[in-house]
Amino acid sequence: MKPLDPLRKALRRDRVFDFMMPQVVFSPDLDVSHGPILYLEDVTVSFDGFKALNNLSLYIDDGELRCIIGPNGAGKTTMMDVITGKTRPDSGSVFFGQKIDLLRLSETDIAQGGIGRKFQRPTVFESHTVYENLELSLAADKGVWPTLFASLNQAQKDRIDEILEVIALTEQRHHLAGTLSHGQKQWLEIGMLLAQSPRVLLVDEPVAGMTAQETERTAELLTSLAGKHSVVVVEHDMEFVRSIARKVTVLHEGSVLAEGSMDEVQNDPRVIEVYLGE
Amino acid sequence: MLLGRFYHSDRGGAILLAGLFLLAIVVPVLNLVVPESSPFHLSTYTVTLIGKYLCYALLALALDLIWGYCGILSLGHGAFFALGGYAMGMYLMRQIGDRGVYGNPELPDFMVFLNWQELPWYWLGFDMFWFAMLMVVLVPGLLAFVFGWFSFRSRVTGVYLAIITQALTFALMLAFFRNEMGFGGNNGMTDFKDILGFDLQADSTRVALFLASVVALAVSYVACRFIINSKLGRVIVAIRDAESRTRFVGYQVERFKLWLFVFSAVLAGIAGALYVPQVGIINPSEFAPLNSIELVIWVAVGGRGMLYGAVLGALLVNYAKTYFTAAFPDLWLFALGALFVLVTIFLPKGLVGLWKKRGKEPEP
Repeated sequence: MKPLDPLRKALRRDRVFDFMMPQVVFSPDLDVSHGPILYLEDVTVSFDGFKALNNLSLYIDDGELRCIIGPNGAGKTTMMDVITGKTRPDSGSVFFGQKIDLLRLSETDIAQGGIGRKFQRPTVFESHTVYENLELSLAADKGVWPTLFASLNQAQKDRIDEILEVIALTEQRHHLAGTLSHGQKQWLEIGMLLAQSPRVLLVDEPVAGMTAQETERTAELLTSLAGKHSVVVVEHDMEFVRSIARKVTVLHEGSVLAEGSMDEVQNDPRVIEVYLGE
Repeated sequence: MLLGRFYHSDRGGAILLAGLFLLAIVVPVLNLVVPESSPFHLSTYTVTLIGKYLCYALLALALDLIWGYCGILSLGHGAFFALGGYAMGMYLMRQIGDRGVYGNPELPDFMVFLNWQELPWYWLGFDMFWFAMLMVVLVPGLLAFVFGWFSFRSRVTGVYLAIITQALTFALMLAFFRNEMGFGGNNGMTDFKDILGFDLQADSTRVALFLASVVALAVSYVACRFIINSKLGRVIVAIRDAESRTRFVGYQVERFKLWLFVFSAVLAGIAGALYVPQVGIINPSEFAPLNSIELVIWVAVGGRGMLYGAVLGALLVNYAKTYFTAAFPDLWLFALGALFVLVTIFLPKGLVGLWKKRGKEPEP
C-alpha cells in the first residue's frame, strides 16, 4: 500500500460529500409515479457476521396495505430499523418515493418526512395524558424554540379530536397514557402515528397481547387507513394477517421467501417448510 | 387573572412565590429598621445565611429542571455554580484595586505573590461589571454547550453521563487548584472590598444582595415553570420517559437536551455569582464532587420533578446542615446519608410527595 493511498481514498473525486448534496425536500407531492412509495434494494445488514438482512429487495406501493410475516429472526424488525434510520445497512439502497435516499437521513428527519413507526412493545408517553400524547405527535415545526412558544390552533385541536374518534379514546382523552390498557396503548400509538400525517405507517405487531375483540377493531382500523396511507404490518398472528391482508410477504433468513395473496403464500411449499420445519 | 390561573395550576409554586415575597419584605425590615436591641432584630449574619440558602435553592432548581424533568442526572452541576462564582470573584478581585496587601493597582495579590508582571489575557475586562455579568452567564453556558454537544450527540445517557459530569467537575477542581491557572490556586479569591462601589461589609449591601437572590430565585422559578408548562416541557418529559419514541415522533432529542442543559447551567452560574459576594470567598473546593452529590440529595429530599420541591429540599437540608454542623459536628454526614436513604426508600417523590397527589388539570 502506498503512503498516499489513504489520502487518495479520503479525497476521491468521484464522490459527493453529504453536505454538498442538495437539501432533501419532503413535499406532499412525493414522486410515486412508478407505483411504489418505498424501495428497498439489495439491502444487507450484518451483526458480527450474522446476516440479519441478506440482499433483501422489497417494494411497497403507495396506499397499499402490506403484511410481512416470517419466523423469529427473519429480519422483520431489522428491516423496519433500516427504513426508519435506526440501523444503517452495510450495502443496498433504500428510497422513499423515487428521489429521497433514506440512508442519508437521521431518524428524526425520516419521522418528520412522513414515515411513522409503531414499536413492537407499545411505547407511549406514560406520564402525559392521551391528549398530550397526540399533541406532541402532531405534525408541526418541531425545533426547540418553536416548541417552546407553541400553542394549538383550532385546526390542530379539531385534528386531535378527529384522531381520538378514530382510535376510540375520546372518553379517555384526559387520562394518563400510563393508565390505559394494553390494547388502548396500542391504539394510542397508532393514533400518534396518524397525528404525524405520515405517508407510510410501519406497524410492528399491533395485536400482540390483545383480546379477540380488540384485535378485530384493530383490523378494521388498519384496513380503513390503507388507501390514504401505505401501511406495512409485521405480525405473527396468522388469523389476523388473513383478516386484513391483500398482499403478504414472507421473510426468511433476511430475504424475501415468497410474496402474494395469503392463499398463495400459505400453499407455497417453501413457506410451509420454513414454518412447519423439515 | 394571570395570577389566578397560576395559582390554580401550580399551588406549590404560588405558595413559594408568596413566601419569597414575604421574605423580601420582612427580612430587610427586621434587619435595617428594627433596632439591634430589640429581640426581633435579625442579625446581618442571618440575612446573609438566608441569602446563601436561596442561592443553593436556585442551584437545586437548575438541577431539578434537567434531572427531574428530563432525566439527565448531572453529578457535576457544582462546576457551573463555581464557574459563575469565579466570574463574579474575578470582578470583585479587580474592584479591590490598590487596597490589597501589596498595593498593586492592577494585579490581585496572589499574582504579585507569584511574581507575575501583568494581568493574564483572560482577566481583561473583568473590571467592568457588565462584562463580568456576561461571563457569569456565558462561561457556564458555553462549557455546558460544548460538553452537552459531545455527550448528547454520542447518546451518552444515564449513569455514564453522571460519571462523566462527575469527572468534569473533578478535573476542573484539580485545574483550579493549580497556581499557574491564574485563579488564585487553592486559596481561591477572597478579601473582597466592594461591589459596584458599595461596601460589601455594610448591612445595606448585604440586604441588597439578599434581595437580589430573592428576585433571581423568583424569576428563575417562573421561567422554569413557563418552560415546564410549555409544549417544550412536555417534550422534555417525553424524552425522559421514552427517548426513542420521541425521536420517532420527529423531535431532535439531542437539541432539546442540549438547550435545557445549557439553560440549567446558566441558572447554576447565576446562583454561583450571587453566592460569592455573600460568603466572601470562592475557592476550588466549590468544584468538589461531594458538593454536586449533596446537591442531588437536596433535590431528592425535596422532591424531584417538582420545581418547588427542589427549592424546599435545598432550604431544609441546608438549614439542617447549619444546625447539625454546629450542634453535632461529627454526626452531620451520617445524618445526611441517613436522610438520603430514608427519603429514597420511603418517600420516592420527596417531601412534597407527602401532600401532593398527582392529578392532571383538564385541558383548557
